[in-house]
Amino acid sequence: MSKAPDMAVTIAGIRMKNPVLLASGTCGYGPEYADLIDLNALGGITVKGILAVPWEGNTPIRLTETPAGLLNAIGLQNPGMEKFISEYMPFLRRHQTAVIVNIWGRTMEEYGEVAARFDDVEGVHALELNISCPNLKAGGMEFGTDPKTAAQVISLVRKRTRLPLIPKLSPTVHAIAQFARVAEESGADAISLINSVPAMVIDVERRRPVLSNGVGGLTGAAIRPIAVRLVWQAARAVKIPIIGMGGISCGRDALEFLIAGASAVAVGTATFLDPGTALRVVSEIETYLQKHNLASVRDVIGTLEVS
Amino acid sequence: MRLIEEATVLEHVAFGGGYRRIVFRAPNISRAAAPGQFVHVRIPQLSREALRRPFSIYRADGDELHVMYKPVGRGTHVMEHAHRGDVYSLIGPLGHGFSAEDRDTLPVCVAGGYGVAPLSFLAKRMRRKGVVFIGARAAPDILCTDDFASVGWDVHVATEDGSLGERGLITDALDRWIATRPAGPTPEIFACGPEGLMRALTLRAEKHGWQAWLSLDRPMGCGIGACLSCVQRLRGPDGKEYWARCCTEGPVFAARELVWEHA
Repeated sequence: MSKAPDMAVTIAGIRMKNPVLLASGTCGYGPEYADLIDLNALGGITVKGILAVPWEGNTPIRLTETPAGLLNAIGLQNPGMEKFISEYMPFLRRHQTAVIVNIWGRTMEEYGEVAARFDDVEGVHALELNISCPNLKAGGMEFGTDPKTAAQVISLVRKRTRLPLIPKLSPTVHAIAQFARVAEESGADAISLINSVPAMVIDVERRRPVLSNGVGGLTGAAIRPIAVRLVWQAARAVKIPIIGMGGISCGRDALEFLIAGASAVAVGTATFLDPGTALRVVSEIETYLQKHNLASVRDVIGTLEVS
Repeated sequence: MRLIEEATVLEHVAFGGGYRRIVFRAPNISRAAAPGQFVHVRIPQLSREALRRPFSIYRADGDELHVMYKPVGRGTHVMEHAHRGDVYSLIGPLGHGFSAEDRDTLPVCVAGGYGVAPLSFLAKRMRRKGVVFIGARAAPDILCTDDFASVGWDVHVATEDGSLGERGLITDALDRWIATRPAGPTPEIFACGPEGLMRALTLRAEKHGWQAWLSLDRPMGCGIGACLSCVQRLRGPDGKEYWARCCTEGPVFAARELVWEHA
């Protein structure tokens, strides 16, 4: 038996014991899954999007199944930053895992306000900047689909926090390389790719959308090839690391992202079916590395060969 | 404490009306289960991309956990082919159920169709004997009457086609009982069934000033409170409205907190 491979990675200055995180919006604020999985065995956890004030989210129906994934329009329901900090940060601080807080705002200024508030909150390792949620009429995606606006919001947040900044980009933009460069030039320390893909399911009997919001965000296996392509294109355009996500449910899925150039991955929708997915992904990556005689997971990152 | 357990199918039987009962060997979840709680079931034959399916717990006896269902959707149509010895992943017991504690009230259970399953579990766990109203479309849809009779409950049945019990809606039978009931302890309602019935019971509980506990069903994602899909509008004691999760704060809610019409 060969030596266990080195699984550690460093993303945006955060050292993680392995490159597998839980994706924002699929793992709550931490305690929800704590009975079922060992959070300490994860590279990190990205909590659900936090706004300055409590936010109600959308009217149900908020979720529906599709042939190869889920369509959701939760609408970023969250308790607001103060309640999150007082109720959930003590729990998260007790764990030996990277804590990334996903934040958003309804205005540029609000993005800055939330970022600044987390600056001196102990136990927060980085901020993931949601500029790509498809389920919000004001804010969210409108900040992430125009390069100028994206540059403005990232630069503004950069000035308000010393924490590592990880913008989460939209898969709907025409040229992802351009957006990745904009993020890098505006002060991002890493990039998360991809957010859910805007999509729709219709109830033909009622001739109405299944989701009350009409449109939702598609996640799961259906979007994985889209995500892999975007990660590959973005990785070639920038020097900052990329956290790849979109339909990962096993080690081989995660390896596609790593080989394409992601330095870490996040597991999302698959956790709902099998809460242990992320931990299984960790061990399946290890098995792959051993089989290929690779000493470190870093030896596989960005190794895609294109003829 | 939420548990995840690999549960073996011990028994899977059809009992008329298209209804089925599946018995799992799930010693840890079964011993922790309370009436009104549910299990989130991974159906192994279903696609890798499908969600788990939530099922009310019908009975929890020692190692055995019973679930009652009717094949109505993609998941349950696949589950219909479950065999003895198959292994299912269960997460549970989940949610906030009914209280079986002793109180000075008269328990009145009201069930629509196979919504009777968690109420049967409740009656088994209650020391008090109460009254149960079971309604459905036709005789084959009336289930579990013996479960209540065998523990000394007063059983009322109504079917829409009159093929069993009183003809009409179960709320009609309930209203007749309310109008003619002898003096005694204040009724307390425990109910599970279609949303129309839950709304009708909310009105009655409000009118008479009774406490009512209603189990709601919403499209569910994670089942453990992370995804915020299965929300129901509630009004808290301070009058403020908010979204509560059926999987965590529910599925059983106090009727007086429910907000049915939300703009």
